Formats: sequence, C-alpha cells, structure tokens
Amino acid sequence: MTTNQSLTNSATETNTAMSGQENAKPMIKTQLSQDGAGERLIDLETKLEVRDLRLSYGQDEALKGINLDIPKNRVTAFIGPSGCGKSTLLRCFNRMNDLVDNCTIKGEIRLDGENIYAPKVDVAELRRQIGMVFQKPNPFPKSIYENVAYGLRLQGVNDRRTLDEVVESSLRGAALWDEVKDRLNDNAFGLSGGQQQRLVIARAIAIEPEVLLLDEPASALDPISTLKIEELINELKEQYTIVIVTHNMQQAARVSDFTAFLYMGTLIEHTDTNTLFTKPATKQTEDYITGRYG
Amino acid sequence: MKQWFKSGAPWIWLTGGAVTLSVLMVAGLLGLIAVRGFSHFWPANVTQVEIVNPSTGETEVLMGELVRAQTVTAVLAREAGNFVPEGQDLMTRYLFKQGNRDQTGNDFIWRFETGMSEFEYPQGVYTIERREWGNFYGFPVAIKKDGQEVTTLDEAGESFHQQVQDLVRESVAYHRSIRAIERGDIGRINRQIEALRLNDRQAELDGLTESELAAVFASNAQRRDELEEEYQVLREELDLLYADMRRNGLRMEMINGQQVDINFAQIVAITMPNDMSTFAKLREYFHQIWEFLTGEPREANTEGGIFPAIFGTITMVFVMSIMVTPFGVLAAIYLREYAKQGPVTRMVRISVYNLAGVPSIVFGVFGLGFFIYFLGGNIDRIFYEAALPSPTFGTPGLFWASLTLALLTLPVVIVSTEEGLARIPSTIRQGSLALGATKSETLWRVVVPLATPGMMTGLILAIARAAGEVAPLMLVGVVKLAPTLPIDGEFPFIHLERKIMHLGFHIFDVGFQSPNVEAARPLVYATALTLVALIVILNLTAISIRNHLREKYRSDSD
Repeated sequence: MTTNQSLTNSATETNTAMSGQENAKPMIKTQLSQDGAGERLIDLETKLEVRDLRLSYGQDEALKGINLDIPKNRVTAFIGPSGCGKSTLLRCFNRMNDLVDNCTIKGEIRLDGENIYAPKVDVAELRRQIGMVFQKPNPFPKSIYENVAYGLRLQGVNDRRTLDEVVESSLRGAALWDEVKDRLNDNAFGLSGGQQQRLVIARAIAIEPEVLLLDEPASALDPISTLKIEELINELKEQYTIVIVTHNMQQAARVSDFTAFLYMGTLIEHTDTNTLFTKPATKQTEDYITGRYG
Repeated sequence: MKQWFKSGAPWIWLTGGAVTLSVLMVAGLLGLIAVRGFSHFWPANVTQVEIVNPSTGETEVLMGELVRAQTVTAVLAREAGNFVPEGQDLMTRYLFKQGNRDQTGNDFIWRFETGMSEFEYPQGVYTIERREWGNFYGFPVAIKKDGQEVTTLDEAGESFHQQVQDLVRESVAYHRSIRAIERGDIGRINRQIEALRLNDRQAELDGLTESELAAVFASNAQRRDELEEEYQVLREELDLLYADMRRNGLRMEMINGQQVDINFAQIVAITMPNDMSTFAKLREYFHQIWEFLTGEPREANTEGGIFPAIFGTITMVFVMSIMVTPFGVLAAIYLREYAKQGPVTRMVRISVYNLAGVPSIVFGVFGLGFFIYFLGGNIDRIFYEAALPSPTFGTPGLFWASLTLALLTLPVVIVSTEEGLARIPSTIRQGSLALGATKSETLWRVVVPLATPGMMTGLILAIARAAGEVAPLMLVGVVKLAPTLPIDGEFPFIHLERKIMHLGFHIFDVGFQSPNVEAARPLVYATALTLVALIVILNLTAISIRNHLREKYRSDSD
C-alpha cells in the first residue's frame, strides 16, 4: 500500500538518523525571549499544547517526549535536519499518523484544552478543524471549482450560491482568484505548480479550519512561487494558527514568529524566531543554523 | 569485428530484427485473411472451356468460375489414373466452380490442362444465386408464368434482362413478407399459445380447486381458440403469398444444352458478370459485402450472411462487460484498499492471477456443470416449474455464456483495476483525508474516479479475450444456427435464455463441420476477417473512452 510505504520510509529515515545518539537528553521545553526582541510565548494565548508526546514506529521511537505550546494566530516554524521528527510531529496534530499501521502514540496534544487523542474524538471532525497542506501540490483530478468545494461537499453543502461564495472567498484568501476566475471549471492539473499549491491552500481554508499545518509547502516550487506562498502565509496568520515545517532556514526566518528546533526526535529549543536565529541558547541549534550539520 | 560488437550495434540489430519479424508476422496474418476474405465477394467472370479427352477423344464443355490453379508432378497425376503426355514433368490442373449442383451432383471439379482449349468468357451468362443448391450458371431462354412461356430472350432482346431483374426483386419482396409473417406474427401466436399451455400447467401446480381450475382452463381455451382463428387467417394469407411467389419461373439452358426451369421463389439474385463493367462489378462487390454482413446464413452456413453471429458476439460481449466490470472492480477495491496485506490476501491475489492461466475449456466445463445444471436447474425448478421438463435457464444460453466469459476475464479486470489503484499517488488520498473525508468518502470521490482508466484497460483486455473465445462457448450457449436473435421487439426485449450464434464458433463450424469444403473455404476467411475487425472496433471504442478518461484525470504524476 503506497500510503503506508511512503510513511514507513520516512520512519526508517528517522531511525537511521537516530541510531547515532540514542541517549540525547530532552532539553529545555521553551525559553523566554531574553532581550524583548520579539513577543514572549508566555504572553500569548495557546492554541495547541503538546504534552510528553512519544511516538514510535514499531520498536523505534521517533518522538521522544515533546512538550510544546503553539501560540494562537502566529506562525510557528519547525526546523531541524532530515529525520528529526518535525514532519512526524506536524502529522500528529491532525492525526495523519493514524494511517500508519505500526505507529503508537503516547502523551497528549490539546486543541483549546481538549485532548485530540481522547478515544471519543471524531478524527474527520478534527481534521476539519486542523487543515493541512502537503509538500507536493496534490489537487484532486477535478475542476478548480470542485477542488475548493470538496471539503464543503463532504459536509453535505450542495447549495450552489453558498459554494460559489466560499469558492470565491477561499480563492481570494489564497491569492489565486484573479488568476483562475475565468477558468474555474478547468481541470486543476492545468495550473502551474505554484498555483496548484495555492489552490490546495484555498481548498484547506474553504472549510475554515482553526489551525493550518504546512508541511514544507514551498519545497517543490520555484523561487517566485515560493515568495507568493510566503506572502500568503503572512496574510493568513491574521485568521489562522499556522504551523510550518521547513528545511529552508531563511524561509523560517522570513515567515515565522516562533521557531522550534528539533533534533533526533527531541525538541532542542523553542523561542521567538528572532532570538533563535540571532542568539541561539544551545550549541546544537547554533551548529545547525550556521550550517555545520543537517 | 570486435569493435563492432563493442559498439553495441549487434544488439540494435538483434532487437530491431525481433520487432521487424513480429510486425511481418502480424501483417502477413492480417494480409492473408484480408486478401482471401475480401476477394470472395468480387463477382467472378464465368469461364467456358472445351476439354478433349486425350485417351477417348470425347469432348466435354465446362462452364463456371475458375477458382484456382495448381501444379502437380506428372508422376502423381499418372498414379491418380489421369492421362499424361510423355516427356512432361509437371501438370497444371484447374478447379472450376461449375455450380448447378442439383443437375450435375458436383459443384466443384478439378480438370487437367491436357486437351483444354482457350478460356472463353461468353456474353449473356447468368450467375444465379439460389436459396438452395448453390449457384446456377447458364444462359437464359425464357420467362415462364404459370408454366407457360410468356417472354423469350429472342423476342424481347435487351429488355428481357430488365424483366428478369424486376421479377427477382418481386420475389425477394415476397420472400421478405413471408418471413415477416412466419417469424413475426406466427411466431408471436406460437409463443402465446405456449404461454397458455404453461398457464394451464401452473394452475394445476398451484393446487386450485376443481371449479377454479375449470375456470382457468375455460378462459385459456377460449383465448387459444381466438389465437387459432388468428393463425388460420395468417395461414391463408401466407398460402396466397406463396402461390404468388411461385407463379413465375425462368427457363435456363446449361452449357451441355440441357434446359432447366428455375422458380423465381428460389432465386436470391441474378448477375451477368461477363457483361459487367468494372464499375458495375465494384458496386456488386460492395453489395455482396453488405449482404454478407447483414444477411442470414443459408445452406448449413456455407452461403448467405453472418449477421446473427455478429449480433450474438456483440450482445454476448456487452452482457459480459456489464457483469464482469462491477464484480472485478469491487473485488480489486477490497483487495487493494480494505484487505489487510497479509499472507491470506497474498494467497487470494495469487489465486486470482492464476485463474487467468486456466485453460478456457475448463471454464466451459465449469459453466456447464455449475451455472447451467446447478444454478439454471434450480432457477427452472423455482421460477419456471410449469415449463418443466423442458428447461428454460437449465440449458445453455446467452446468459450463461456471458457469465462464463465474465468469470474467465475476471482476473484481467481485477489485476488492471488493482494496478490503476496502486498508481494513484498517496498524496492525493492524504489530501482528501486531511480535509475531513472518511476513508470511504476518499475512495469513492477521489480514488475510484482516478482509477477508471485502469478499469477500462482491464475491460479492453477482457473484451479482446472474450470476443475471440470459442472453446468454452460451445458448452454454454453458442450454437451453429440460432432461430432467433437474443434481442427483439418482444418483452423483455433481451432474452438471456436464448441460444446465440458467435463468429468464432461460426468459423469453426464453417471450416470444419461444413459438407461443402470448397464453398466454405472463402467464408472462413471472410468470417475471420469480420471477427478481427469486430474486436478491433470494440477495442478502439474502449481505448478512446479510456483516453478520454485519462485526459480528464490527467495528473502530473503520470
């Protein structure tokens, strides 16, 4: 099964990377801004709380007890070398890891104080609240219009006028409306990669989630499209809590308000972006952002 | 040389050669079938030749179509008891189609070239296509009406031929109306009478009281009398038509001077090939092809058309597609999407794949044993009790033939659908799930539509295999000559219990079971050509649908 394979592969990567340092100690959970260069996490309302989250694929632990607060209406970036568990952590927020066969999760993630791993949680409903955009643009083989309307149709909305309104506002929200308004019924595959990615974002915001998870949303795009996506992220944070995984440290520095550095399944440092990039508290972070490894 | 080997050129030659050989073989096969199949319909000239028997000095005059020539060694010819002049090593012999089987006994004869005069192509020869006894070749003498000669060729001149053609057209029209009455109206009455009989029987089985039973019988008997009356009226009408049709005759003279009367009722068409221009022949050629494709077979399938076989093949393939597609697609979806990918699933999958390798005749045996005798027998017992002991579904028929073929082609559809499902990028599924769709919503709204090209591929392969299959069909529903088509204007319009004709079986039947080998030979090629063309057409249709779907669901991952 292809789904499983791709997920399992990333798990294997994680394991290989980890095998070197089995005993990396969990470091400080969060760190306050030292000189007031940015906002302080402690002052902000928390949207998502991660409490002692442990995730393992079979015998291999990919996340080793993460504690983290994601502030509301801010952009939080996860950085770290390949296989450090940042994508795995991101996927925990909308329980995409449930699809992986031998994946076990311990600990809690609270959305507005409610544990999303509680037994009675409706996963489909959760995913409506926490939207996700993937690394590679993945529009459905449908028209642009139907792509955006997909989430609403799932909820049983079929009223043409409501759909029209939501499609337009979502496409405007994703800064795509002007480019596609004359060809809403064309196949979405006819769009360029950057347009497709913005379409996917429009599709995600059409169902008005509270949190938007972005998994390396610009890594498959050219620089101009990347710039557009980054501008879009800046606009979207007015309404949504955004968590973004990125390999690109400039991008993290440009778009995020807070940055978390993960290494070997452990959260090393989490603070406002400015501080993290200018005065990292740990040697590991400094090594990573200055390009010594990773 | 070593350099040449190192350069890799030999591999290009070797692989290219393999392709060339394959292409040549396919082209040769199609070419042979096409040439033999198409040439059959060309209106051949009628040859006249005088043969002097070298040993007795007797003269024989032959007239007919020259079918082919063959060269044999003199030794062989001599051993067969023929006269061969000294000093000749090779002999040529000719096969003539002299027709007139009712008069001469043989419509195809071989003659050696010895003593043969030049071939002549006399003007005014009639080639008469008859409903029985094959072609007649000869010269017209007179038109007869009610046994009296009314017009002779000498008196009427050129207008004689026109009169003949008018009479042929008239007789064909008569024939058509007679058939319409016999097949249509009388057939309907027969079926209604049969339905009444079944109704009587059903009433008995239902265990009604004496008086109720009597009431049913009485009403049925009354209805039966009405039908009987209707039948008598039709019968009289038919008798009149028959009498009219048989009124006219044609007096013909054979090449040996013998005169023969042929009733117009016997005549399908008359042509004068030696008098025809190339253009007229071309017209006749296409007319013949049309007749072949749309006509019904005559003379134990060695003459006439193959329409029922074409129709039966197409109907069977369609019914099969309707059955195999949902089954195969659902099975593939379960195997690929829901089943836990463990040893059991793997075993099921391997078994399904291996099903494709089971010889088709085995499926035929299974179809006969399980579908027809078991399923069909039980259906008869439960729903068609009144008709027993004569079976309705407990006998080979269209439905069982299609079902057997559906089983035969099921693996192909499953494999292709599974491949189609596997090709869908996991990111698309995740995209749907991330929007709050459940697994089944994702499956039916996104995954299955995307996999339709794969399903179509499976269907294409299934159609190609099913349309050409013969062996299992002989056991489960295909017959040499089916009296009725499986689809007609009578409720329920598609008759799944009827037996059908099939092009593949038709080829087998005409080629191997025919009493008249020489007459059947060209039909084998022509039927094979039709079968190939039919499969190509069916496939092209399916392929164009698939390409359309691919275009619709094109994704950059393809």
